[in-house]
Amino acid sequence: MKIELGEWPVGGNVSDLTGVELAIEARGLVKRFDGFTAVDGVDISVPKGSIFGILGPNGAGKTTTLRMLLGIIDPDEGYRRVLGAERPTDVARRIGYLPEERGLYPAMKAYEAIGFLAALRGVPLKEGRRKGRELLEEHGLGYAADRQIRQMSKGMAQTVQLLGTLVHQPDLVVFDEPFSGLDALNQGKLERMIRALAARGTTVIFSTHVIAHAERLCDRIAIIAGGKVPFAGPVDLARDRLRPQVRLETRDQDGPWRAALPADARHEGAFWYFTLPETGVEPLLRALIEGNAGILSLSIERAGLHDAFVAIAGEAAARALEESEGEAR
Amino acid sequence: MTGLREKLRAALVVARRDFVAVVFSKTFIFFLIGPAFPVVVGGLAGNIGAKVQQNVERPTIGLAMSASDSQRMLAARDELEGRMAGGIPQLIVLQDVGSGEDFDAKAALADGNRQVTAVVGGTLDAPTLTAPAERARQWVGLVSNLAARARAPSPTAYPDVRVQEVTTSLAKVKTGQIYTAQAAQVLLFLLTMLLAGMVLSNLVEEKGNKIIEVLAAAIPMDAMFMGKLFAMLAVSLVGIAVWGTVIGAILLMGAKSLPAVSTPAVGWPLFLILGFLYFAMAYLLMGSLFLSIGGMAATVREVQTLSMPVSMFQLMIFFFSSYALTIPGTWVEWLSIGFPVSSPYAMLARAAKEPEVWPHLAALGWQVLWVIVIVRAGAQLFRRNVMKSGPARGKSSVSLLAKLFRRREDNAY
Repeated sequence: MKIELGEWPVGGNVSDLTGVELAIEARGLVKRFDGFTAVDGVDISVPKGSIFGILGPNGAGKTTTLRMLLGIIDPDEGYRRVLGAERPTDVARRIGYLPEERGLYPAMKAYEAIGFLAALRGVPLKEGRRKGRELLEEHGLGYAADRQIRQMSKGMAQTVQLLGTLVHQPDLVVFDEPFSGLDALNQGKLERMIRALAARGTTVIFSTHVIAHAERLCDRIAIIAGGKVPFAGPVDLARDRLRPQVRLETRDQDGPWRAALPADARHEGAFWYFTLPETGVEPLLRALIEGNAGILSLSIERAGLHDAFVAIAGEAAARALEESEGEAR
Repeated sequence: MTGLREKLRAALVVARRDFVAVVFSKTFIFFLIGPAFPVVVGGLAGNIGAKVQQNVERPTIGLAMSASDSQRMLAARDELEGRMAGGIPQLIVLQDVGSGEDFDAKAALADGNRQVTAVVGGTLDAPTLTAPAERARQWVGLVSNLAARARAPSPTAYPDVRVQEVTTSLAKVKTGQIYTAQAAQVLLFLLTMLLAGMVLSNLVEEKGNKIIEVLAAAIPMDAMFMGKLFAMLAVSLVGIAVWGTVIGAILLMGAKSLPAVSTPAVGWPLFLILGFLYFAMAYLLMGSLFLSIGGMAATVREVQTLSMPVSMFQLMIFFFSSYALTIPGTWVEWLSIGFPVSSPYAMLARAAKEPEVWPHLAALGWQVLWVIVIVRAGAQLFRRNVMKSGPARGKSSVSLLAKLFRRREDNAY
């Protein structure tokens, strides 16, 4: 299916954030490893209190971008400001991070593990452990507080690490592929938790290669492919980059009304499918009615994020994304 | 200042976790009994030590006889050399003693400039041997033999040697101090080897648990490195306390067969303090080096493979320092003092042999500087090379090195 792009430029970032307080601002981030450019000029702006998704296939540069934003590695070029600090490590206490490769010390008890992660972020160990017990109780794992990590199921251990990521009540939470490895039930729990965090004013940024998560959760996204960000902005704006799709059902198969349809309109079964002309809905309707089309049904649908991703990042990136999703499943 | 305080706080969090994890693990018992194995190995390697000792000691007997008797004694020695197993001590003429003239042999033994272990006086017909009891027993026959050969090329009678025992000699003190230096170096090496190996194991654990990225995101990398080093240092102190208690108990129980160790030149209290400080420096230097190299390895297997060449390097440093001990005052000794990782060994040996204190202050400062440099460089390299994601586009030199060793291991059936 041919998809027409709207009037917005592809490749630039939407500058609709004038006057908005940003939790993260990155410009022209570049990172090279052994001559290979993993991230190539990434621009990202994350408003405070928003849910921001970095969407791209495996190997697109999502993790490297997050690591640069967290200060785990430094960019070779570019500028970043996280929670007002140019060195993210200066505000490490205000950040929570759940890496893609999750892990805890197997010999630690659940509440100790949370206490340790809290202590790393500046919370006194005793207080962190106390909070750890409280959080475990809140999330239905109070009975396992004194259980060693090695004695827990994978899902329980992941929950413990997630609680450890949030125990110090960070202003910014960064999740790298948080849904991978979780069953549907826990994915739902995590989605609710992310929404709750944002509702409290916490900024959440996560990477994913599953479009559905980004579509359901995010206020804004950055699409990343081949180390570049061809789009960053509100999810709706990404979808609006494609003209809405029209599905038309008529009584008559032919007539003067056919002239109102674009040349590439497809006829499948009883329906005609085509992109809404740039002139809009009203002229189309008028032409159909005046041409005696005998309209039985007409629907106009906004493009999905998947179609937007294909249009923005290209077919190859979309295929890679689908492969990533397949691997994850 | 806030940054430094934050780094120390973060290092303490990591150190506390590692310390508790090690000391309260079941495997800690192996750490405690570990030194028993190297002691056995050390015993087996005694021959090497004995050879080194021979080279270092070069016992010398001073002659205080008439000029002609001294010359004949020297000729007799030259004639005998090579015929006697184990060699013959050097002879030097201390003074030509005329008839009726007195010579204070005890004073000569105590004279630091002369450095003789025994003194032979009197005449060829009635020689006297002034020496510590042990040496006197060892050399009385030799002196009689030399005197007899000095009298006649084919002796038929051997003169009696009058023995005058002294409690000790400066040469013996020096020899004892070299023993002390060697013992201290061995102890330092064993402790450092144990601990540096544990640091590598610790890093393997971090990589295996995949928690390293959480640490890297939360705290500065050099704080993490320092925390790990401090933890193992604290672990070693627990070990030393346990071993010290056991040895003390054995001594109290009357096992006096343990070898006596001569008082080091700087005195025992200062020597023990310096010993601890040099141990800490040797460990921090080697440990930070291990951590830096291990941190750059991409996989657990690479870290494990790297431990072999790293241990070999450590062994070479030990042998280098031991060798430097045998040739004091040469450029080799200065090199071993100046080279950061061998410096603690060389300086501890120096503390056993030389009484000056100020060189130790300079050396400790030098070593601290290198600890900081290595930790910071290691943290930088770690940040630059380790946190890569996605497909491997290139191979680091560490990866290639590890691969090389691994291939050799794989081929060794």
